[in-house]
Amino acid sequence: MRYLPLSDTDRGEMLARIGVADIDALFADVPKAMLLDGPVDLPRRKSEMEVERILSRMAGRNVAAGSVPFFVGAGAYKHHVPATVDHVIQRSEFLTSYTPYQPEIAQGTLQYLFEFQTQVAALTGMEVANASMYDGSTGTGEAVLMAHRVTKRRKAVLSGGLHPHYAEVVQTLSRMSGDAVVAMPADVMADEDIIGRIDGETSCVVVQTPDVFGNLRDLTAIAEAAHKHGALLIAVFTEVMSLGLVTPPGHMGADIVVGEGQSIGNGLNFGGPYVGLFATRQKYIRQMPGRLCGETVDANGERGFVLTLSTREQHIRRDKATSNICTNSGLCCLAFTIHMTLLGQAGLTRLARVNHANAVKLADMLAGVKGVEVLNGAFFNEFTVRLSRPAAEVVEALAERGVLAGVPVSRLSPGAGLDDLLLVASTEINTDDDRAALVAGLKEVL
Amino acid sequence: MLNRQGRPTAAGQASDNAHPTFTGNKALAQVEPLLFEIGRYETTGVDIDEPEAFAPRLGGMERTGEIGLPGLSEPEAMRHYVRLSQKNYGIDSGLFPLGSCTMKHNPRLNERMARLPGFGDVHPLQPVSTVQGALELMQELARYLMTLTGTQAVALSPKAGAHGELAGMMAIKAAIEAKGEGASRRTVLVPDSAHGTNPATAALIGFQVKAVPAREDGWVHVEDVKAALGPDVAAIMLTNPNTCGLFEPQIVEIARALHDAGGYFYCDGANFNAIVGKARPGDLGIDAMHINLHKTFSTPHGGGGPGAGPVVLSERLAPFAPVPFVRQGASGLELVEHADEAGEAQPFGRVTAFHGQMGMYVRALSYMLSHGSDGMRRASEDAVLNANYIRAGLADLMSQPFGDKPCMHEVLFDDTWLKDTGVTTLDFAKAMIDEGYHPMTVYFPLVVHGAMLIEPTESESKASLDLFIATLRDLAMAAKAGDRDRFVGAPYHAPRRRLDETRAARSPVLRWTPPAPVQEAAE
Repeated sequence: MRYLPLSDTDRGEMLARIGVADIDALFADVPKAMLLDGPVDLPRRKSEMEVERILSRMAGRNVAAGSVPFFVGAGAYKHHVPATVDHVIQRSEFLTSYTPYQPEIAQGTLQYLFEFQTQVAALTGMEVANASMYDGSTGTGEAVLMAHRVTKRRKAVLSGGLHPHYAEVVQTLSRMSGDAVVAMPADVMADEDIIGRIDGETSCVVVQTPDVFGNLRDLTAIAEAAHKHGALLIAVFTEVMSLGLVTPPGHMGADIVVGEGQSIGNGLNFGGPYVGLFATRQKYIRQMPGRLCGETVDANGERGFVLTLSTREQHIRRDKATSNICTNSGLCCLAFTIHMTLLGQAGLTRLARVNHANAVKLADMLAGVKGVEVLNGAFFNEFTVRLSRPAAEVVEALAERGVLAGVPVSRLSPGAGLDDLLLVASTEINTDDDRAALVAGLKEVL
Repeated sequence: MLNRQGRPTAAGQASDNAHPTFTGNKALAQVEPLLFEIGRYETTGVDIDEPEAFAPRLGGMERTGEIGLPGLSEPEAMRHYVRLSQKNYGIDSGLFPLGSCTMKHNPRLNERMARLPGFGDVHPLQPVSTVQGALELMQELARYLMTLTGTQAVALSPKAGAHGELAGMMAIKAAIEAKGEGASRRTVLVPDSAHGTNPATAALIGFQVKAVPAREDGWVHVEDVKAALGPDVAAIMLTNPNTCGLFEPQIVEIARALHDAGGYFYCDGANFNAIVGKARPGDLGIDAMHINLHKTFSTPHGGGGPGAGPVVLSERLAPFAPVPFVRQGASGLELVEHADEAGEAQPFGRVTAFHGQMGMYVRALSYMLSHGSDGMRRASEDAVLNANYIRAGLADLMSQPFGDKPCMHEVLFDDTWLKDTGVTTLDFAKAMIDEGYHPMTVYFPLVVHGAMLIEPTESESKASLDLFIATLRDLAMAAKAGDRDRFVGAPYHAPRRRLDETRAARSPVLRWTPPAPVQEAAE
């Protein structure tokens, strides 16, 4: 077997050195009846070529986003990732290292985490960021728990503009931990009265912008209302690219900003791995979940970086920890950081503008199609349209024509009476031909 | 040829002291500033054209002012991150015996497979008709995991081991609530030797954690579990093989006692790599166990993730598995994304936005296909063999907390043997860095004083192990011979000397900030 260096001769010599007769002598603590006497019922080993053949066949049964006009978003976005990113993250020293428990030989990882934390803080307009969560949705769950710790209250109010999957993750966690959740109904037009739901028992208000329907929301008034009641504002985003162009939540009074970082540096990957971004105010750092990288010096006085404030974490604090998270999204952070570094704010702003311009252009074209109504006033690179037919049917029909048109709201929120709504995303990848194909397809099926 | 022309190649006469350099670099060891010290706000390494003029629709929420993100051109960015990479130790650099973390070889075939556009460039919310191959891969991975563990269901979506624990414990809580015992069964038994994630997970969802002791032999005894059992006990969280590197011989009796008392058996599967193809946790009586795909099935650790933590479930817990999951439908594979589409099942909810770590599923399945049933079994045997070979090579010099007896895939030493040397476990670990090794896991498990947990994995050759053993023997003898300096100041040869962690925690600096502007001269 190509991954196993030991030869049978080695094995024999090693068993002799250990002083046992055979390998099963080392498994003597496994109850005899439970020890398998041969391989389980699965195929035998395969060459690299055979494995490639099997997996390539499976991959070939999927429609790759890059092979068709593509407008699918709703929490994961197709962007162009520079070749440099994928090259660097595959360097052995990054790819095959682990959590930097021995900082003297992990300065590469620690320095990029420090850069990552600084970039995330700048993007979100916050003071500090952690070294990542699994993704935006689990990060949102952690943010709610953190707000409960900070306020010593146990009720979260969720906006109807929050991605339904994110809301479900928070609701699942809260139900299990016995915390209260007030989930507002789907808020397509961003006109809910969430301020009216904040009271003296509210720990946090969770609002997404751009929201799941694409609306940009001004959080200032909500932040003020929350703070007046002693609650925190948790601002969520699922499209980090938007922060290159729109006012960041940190400038609108948010206390915790959390979201999905996939759009920068990371591919679609059918939903994972992604990278959760998590930022807050300096005064709350001891209540934060997850790893934190901090600056220090070595015995020679030279600057270096270490994991820090680990007394918050499970390996020290155990059942009193701020979170149970251990492994997070290290390599996805690196991809994010390299892409962000290549962009710089100049490139990020321009790229965000291209996204917005493409979405505006597409919205205007779709508004001219009979049976399509664009619902949003303000949006970034995604918006909601009302169709004259159920959106799920339209998406299927367009998929048969080789166009991936977007996400039917009914896929996220079945039974909410929103079957005619379609979420349409447009990024820098879309060409005039893509837009024309979507318009032509819609004209055919509507 | 220059030398034939008489050009001298020998170094001239000089004192052999190291000379400080102008740059601070030491040949290949380069000083690398932070991005923020070398980048520029106007620089970008990505060519993007400005869009044609258009009327923005941002509703007056345009961002203004500097964001604070410098850029680098492509060659600069490449050099910056390549230089950083050179300050890191990875599996490909050398032996990485980090116990409990299973730093085995990461086959590059898996990287290639995960990057096939049909896997890497597929959106989680595309129409199901356009992702049948992705669902097939998930089904196939699930079949492999269930077969290897002898279980009836698996929830694939958890994002890492601790997240798998959370999903598994949520399934247990849901099952208890379904029996109407939610109010009474609120205690979870956790041995002191458990990973910190176990008690943290239990506490996260409102369980009280109660410790069960391990005995002097390193094992949890069924009598001690029985003594702790009662109508208040929801579950036990037990790692097997345990964190001391030992297989729990009474596991079947423990499972039976627990089930008789109405509790559930959560098994921490971090060490499943020792027994893949040798024994099935389902046969041993477990109800739930997460599998770290990044440990057992070789997906890269990536400097701390991403991982993947699918959790296998017994028949009793299967109905409570979270959404989404894949199901065979009339016209192909289906994704069940909402509880009310789940038929008979009663999903407890959702733990993440999409379908989990697809990129890791591909890599793990690629590894399993490559090894096959025979190779996986052999890999477990070699991992156990390698750990015992190290044990045999060091047992006369270093002390083992539970006596010299066979271990599984990792061997545990304590610091009794360092008594009176003035050298601590940490010092010893740092001296290993100078010898070119990544240290073992230190000070875990917490129940063993000055613990050193060594996991070589099956990826090491005999020659590699022989050199490692010889090195540790040399170090151990030096410590005992009183050569303290070799340890207490170590590492001497790493990119950094020992780092001051206390200082980092006392006044945390968690981000770069611009240096204070130099005071302008008074006018």
